[in-house]
Order: sequence, then C-alpha cells, then structure tokens
Amino acid sequence: MRWITARRRRPLFGYAAVLLALVAVGMLYAAVTGVGGSTASAGSGSSSAQIAEGKDLFDTSCSSCHGLDAQGSSVAPSLIGAGAAAVDFQVGTGRMPLKEIGAEAAQKPPVFNQQQIYAIAAYVASLGGGPAIPTDQQVSTAGADAGNGQSLFNANCAQCHNYSGAGGALTDGKYAPPLTNATNRQIYEAMLTGPEAMPVFNDETLPSADKRDIIAYITQTRAEANPGGFSLGRIGPTTEGLVAWLGGIGALVLAAMWITAKRREERTGDHG
Amino acid sequence: MSDNDRDLEDTPAERQAPHRVIGTPAPAPGILADPERGDGDDGGKGTRPYGPGEAEAPELDELPAENPNPVSARNWERVAAALFIVSALASVAFIAAYVGLEVGGDTKGNVVVATLRSNLALGSAMALAFLAIGIGMVIWVRNIMPPVELAEERHPMASPKEDRQAFAETIIEGAEASQITKRPLLRRTLIAATLPAALAPLVILRDLGPEPKGSLRTTVWKKGTRLLVYGTNQPITPADFDSPGGMITVVPEGYQDNDEALAKATAIIIKMEPGQLQVPTRYDDGADGARTLLNSMNWTVDNIVAYSKICTHLGCPAALYEQTTQRILCPCHQSTFQANTGATVIFGPAPRPLPQLPIATNAQGYLVAQSDFQEPVGPSFWERG
Repeated sequence: MRWITARRRRPLFGYAAVLLALVAVGMLYAAVTGVGGSTASAGSGSSSAQIAEGKDLFDTSCSSCHGLDAQGSSVAPSLIGAGAAAVDFQVGTGRMPLKEIGAEAAQKPPVFNQQQIYAIAAYVASLGGGPAIPTDQQVSTAGADAGNGQSLFNANCAQCHNYSGAGGALTDGKYAPPLTNATNRQIYEAMLTGPEAMPVFNDETLPSADKRDIIAYITQTRAEANPGGFSLGRIGPTTEGLVAWLGGIGALVLAAMWITAKRREERTGDHG
Repeated sequence: MSDNDRDLEDTPAERQAPHRVIGTPAPAPGILADPERGDGDDGGKGTRPYGPGEAEAPELDELPAENPNPVSARNWERVAAALFIVSALASVAFIAAYVGLEVGGDTKGNVVVATLRSNLALGSAMALAFLAIGIGMVIWVRNIMPPVELAEERHPMASPKEDRQAFAETIIEGAEASQITKRPLLRRTLIAATLPAALAPLVILRDLGPEPKGSLRTTVWKKGTRLLVYGTNQPITPADFDSPGGMITVVPEGYQDNDEALAKATAIIIKMEPGQLQVPTRYDDGADGARTLLNSMNWTVDNIVAYSKICTHLGCPAALYEQTTQRILCPCHQSTFQANTGATVIFGPAPRPLPQLPIATNAQGYLVAQSDFQEPVGPSFWERG
C-alpha cells in the first residue's frame, strides 16, 4: 500500500493505471470466452446385441434418473419415444449423463465412446420409435444453399442463438449454447429433437433440405475469418461497444494525457 | 541583442528567425524582434520593441521564435516529418486498397470475408493517415515549438455600453422613421399577413404521406388464408406439425414475399403437449359497449396455437420460445409472454399480450386462419384506444 501511495503522484502512474485497467479487461474477456472441441463419427446399424449392450449401459448410467424402463421420474423425462437422435445428441455432446441438476445441462466431454452412444441410442429407439440419427447424406452441406439457410436461421434460430450462432441467454439461468463446436449431425439432431428449452423443428415443417441449408449457413458463417484479428465473441454490439468504450476511450484518455502533459523541467527552466 | 521595430524587411528580422517555415503567418514584429524574450522575465537581455505610446501589440512579445534546445528540436523535427511521410504513404495505401481489393460480384472466394478484409485495409490505412498527422502535429507543438505557456484572456460576453446604447438608439430611430407606432392599420395588417405564412408549413407537413387510416388495425389475414411456413412457403397440416414443443414462423399465403404485409402479419405457431394449452376466453370491452373476443381455446387446433410474432412493446420479432416453460421472449427488451395461457405478459415492458390468430383446418386439412387478428398487432399507437 505504501509503495503505491509513494508513487501515486508520479506522472507515469496515470499511464500505468489506464494500461493496467485495459489489460485486466482484456484478460477478463479472454477468460470468459474459452473454447473447446468435440467431434463425432458416423454410422450405426442396430442389432439385438447392440440393443443389449445399450440396455446394460443404460441400466448402469442412466436408469437412476430416467428409470429402469426409461419411463422417467420426477427429475428426468421419459425416454420412450425420445428416439435415437436425442440420445446421440445428449450423450454425444456430453450433456448426459447429467453431472448435476441445474438450469441448463452444460456441454462437456462425452463420457461414452461413439459405439457405446450408438448402443444406448439403439436401445432407446427400441423402446418406441422417435427420430432416428440423421444419415451422412442428410447432414452433408454439399450443394446446400447457405442464403436460404440464413433466411431460415434468422427467422427461427437467431432469436436465441444470435445471428452468428454465438448463443444467448434465456430465462431463469437457461441459455442457448453457442454453435461454434457443434457438428453438422449435432445441429441436425438438435433441430429434430428440441433438446431442453429449444423448440422442435421436425422434418415435416422444416424439411431435410432446409435443415441442410441452415447447417451450411452456420458452418459457413463460423468459418469466416476475423480479419480484424478479434471476433469479440461475434455477439455484436455488446462486446463491440465494450471495446469501443473501454479501449477507445482509454486510448483517448492516454492521448489527452500525452498532449497536455507538462514538459520536462530543463526546457521550461531555460527561459523561465 | 536586437532593438528591432515593426519593419519586416529589415535584415535583423531575417537573422533572428532563420528557420521560419514558408507558409506560416508573416512574422509579427514582437515575435521576431526579441526571440529570447520569454514571459517578460528576460533579465534585460531583450529590448522593448515599442516605444512609449506604441503599445498596439504588446501581448505578442511573449513568444520567442526559437526553441532553447535546437538539437532536440531538430531531432523531433525529423520524427514529425517522418510521421507526415507515413501519413502520405498511408493515404496512398488507402487508395491502393480501395482499387486493389475487389469486393464485387466476381470476387473469388467468400464475398463476406473479402468485404471484411477490404474494410480492415481501408480502415487501418485511413486511421494511420489521420493518426500520423495528429501525432506529428502534437510532437511539433510539444517538442519543436518554443516552450511557452500562454494565457488568453476571455472577452466579456456583453458588448461595450456605448455599442448597446447606439444599437437601442438605432432601433428607436428606425421605428420612428417607419411610423409603425403611428399607423396601427399598417402594423395590424402586417401581423395578420404573417399568421397564414406560419401556418403554411403545418399544412405541408400534414401532406408528407398518406394517413395510416385503418391500416394499423388490420393485417392481410382473412378467413381461409392458409398458413405457410416462412422460408419454405409450404402449407402445413396438424399432422405435419405434430411434435410437441415445435415452433415455427408462419406467413399468410399470397403475401409470403410482401415485406410490407409481413411486417404486421407474421405469426408463430406452437404445438404443445396435450393438456398444456389452456387459453382463457378473454374479451375486450370497447368504449361503445361492443365486446371483442381476444383469446379463445376455439381458436386453436389440436394443441396448436398461433400468435402474432410482432412484440406489443416496440415491434421486434418475439419468437424466442422456450418449450420447457412455454414462454415466448422478445430478444430486444426481454418481454416475456406465457404462450399456453394466451401469451399474457409475465415480465418485461410489453403492455399487452401477443394477439392470438384464430386458426382452424380447411377441407383439405391444412391450417388456415379463421379471420384476421381481432386486435391491432404490434406496438401501441396514438389512436389505438
């Protein structure tokens, strides 16, 4: 403390304080916007052996909440009719098995490998239909129309996920996650099954081709470079405004301090 | 050193200010006369340039012409000059970037990225061009110009007393000469002449555009208009839209590309679990005693309900739907509507529920509107009542 008080009135202290504040804001921002990675591979056919393996995994890892017959409980929904796509999404993104009950199931590294996920999915599908895991062809963006995808995305997805897929807040601590790490298949499955608070966009109302267009828009948009060097989270005016106000005004304050700073003593002493 | 005068052609002036830059103001006598004269405390080195009674410009003699540290000044001069050259180069780079970085139709690759790169290049070049000039100027003032602190006295805001008196006299003289006080007829007719002229702009403003008349109260939905999914433009049946938790934006058939119509008519339909949807029967009691039905369970089909997508607060697209809580949120100001009970406002600044669109199925099984919305959609307006 005394060290600071002793130096507080030095001219450089002002510069240092502003610089320190800017660095602190930058580090805080970097801490908030972390990135991770996850991938999923394709392909599954269900056999009775696979279903049996899935039931084993389900009984050990899922049944404590969803019930031994996947009938659901007071803390977890019934999975009868949930479908393979829902399982592949929820387990493949690490949301299930749930770590703790909260407002939103957070994305985390998957507990099971892809074969085990397919087994659980096959078991849940065997309980009573539901949407199947989309095929490679369904989630391929080859030849998709990203322009149409943008129009559909803006009308149906951007309210929650933000126009660039950066995600956003919902009520009571829930949130729409960013789409930065989602695979094509996961995006398709999310639309198909409506995980958590997300509405369902089934293939009858939003046909497969349109879903592919939306995926094409998402993947193309997030692949765009950030020529300025900073994406600022791509959440638009909030971070841009923060940077403009703190960074810009900080720079202006530094410039003003420089322009009006007292000149060195020997200069003024010459004629004074 | 010098006892110079106001004569600018004198060689002493040249001798004492050899580095005056071409283009700067002509040397005022006081400045050039006595470069070493600082703020008046010059220890008698300089001589007063003006004799008694010649004090026309005494304040000028506070500015010396030379920096007391010429070596440092020369170094800084180079820095400032370099910055000016950098600025010139940056301006050239701006032009080069504008010409060189194409963002038009025949751009190879991603047009958006090309535009972003072009913006970055143009912005950086322009920022550098202006910044370098600015920094150079500040260096010039701080490190090259002689170090003097100047205090400039403010002029009093009011004019001198004599001026004010003269002005008042002129006004009174003019009033008397014009006889405006003596001729009431002229005075009054002149005032009468200005009134219509002042009213004329109001008439013009009134005519700026067509009156909205009833257009704010109605949309293009009519009895039997099919609901098309926005974007795909396909009509839908309740069998298509059969996943509980589903939500989709719909537009009236025939107007799917009419932005002006869609600005009011766009709606969302939501499919709920059986038992979730409990739309109350709600009436609006008009001033004339007429009751208008605003919400009804009879306006839903098979647990599908339709609401206006236009937020009643400021008209943003309110379509942030949480299927777990059946809440519709507006992303602009977080107005929250409870979708299963008539889109009533449960949070936020919206003043009214989202208007419900009465829907039914037609003979082919497609979802159609039973009628238009029964109340104006979107934000409040003056005559809404």
